[in-house]
Amino acid sequence: MTGPMKIVAKMKGDVASIRVMANHPMESGLRKEADGKLVPAHHIQHMTVALNGKTMVAAQISGSIAKNPLFGYAVKGAKAGDKVSVTWVDNKGDKRTDEAVVTLA
Amino acid sequence: MNVLRRTVLKSAGAMGVLAGLFVTGVLKPTLAYASDWNKAAFAAKDMDAAQKAIGVTGAVDSKLLVIKAPETAENSAMVPIDVTSNIPNTTSIAILVMNNPFPLAAQFEFSSGALAEVSVRQKFAQTSIIRVVAKADGKFYSAQKEVKVADGGCGH
Repeated sequence: MTGPMKIVAKMKGDVASIRVMANHPMESGLRKEADGKLVPAHHIQHMTVALNGKTMVAAQISGSIAKNPLFGYAVKGAKAGDKVSVTWVDNKGDKRTDEAVVTLA
Repeated sequence: MNVLRRTVLKSAGAMGVLAGLFVTGVLKPTLAYASDWNKAAFAAKDMDAAQKAIGVTGAVDSKLLVIKAPETAENSAMVPIDVTSNIPNTTSIAILVMNNPFPLAAQFEFSSGALAEVSVRQKFAQTSIIRVVAKADGKFYSAQKEVKVADGGCGH
């Protein structure tokens, strides 16, 4: 199952530290159930991080990234009140976008 | 009749503008995302093939590329890895885990004000070298670090 991301964006000096926790099983397609059956691949393939609508980070991601993955990014020149928008797309074509506002530390 | 013609022309014009936006990358249809994923690189079973598939050539070791990871990971299903590139103009960082069935874990591209640093939680199938490759001004730089797995490796 997937759900909303938790996004925390805080200023440290002139750099915004952005932490994103996605809610996703991140199945690699290699894991076996107790009965020996392979669990089909189901993982995020793309993640983009935008600040005030401008893409800052674009990632391609494999199923070897941990379940409910946590990502940390850093953006220079951001300020409190800026809008952070994170989008992921998984291998089944599901897509999710969540937003947060940069706050003072 | 004329009204219809005008409407058709108008929507044709709008389509043209939209097509232009797709081409310039302003709008990206969701489907393009799926096909953009570098399947060849992520399906590569060894480091050399994976690096070749993401276009890495002649990477040189750099102390400016810093990997922070535990020497021994208690939980191989979520090993914290922080990567920072202090190489000026770094535009991408790739993380590879040598002994995983598919070594390429993730690749990050940085633009605008993003700093070339990223943290992830990584699965390890067994004890392995992590290799990080950064691209800066068209050149490749690498760094490596071993992570021992205390719990025998996750089922992946």
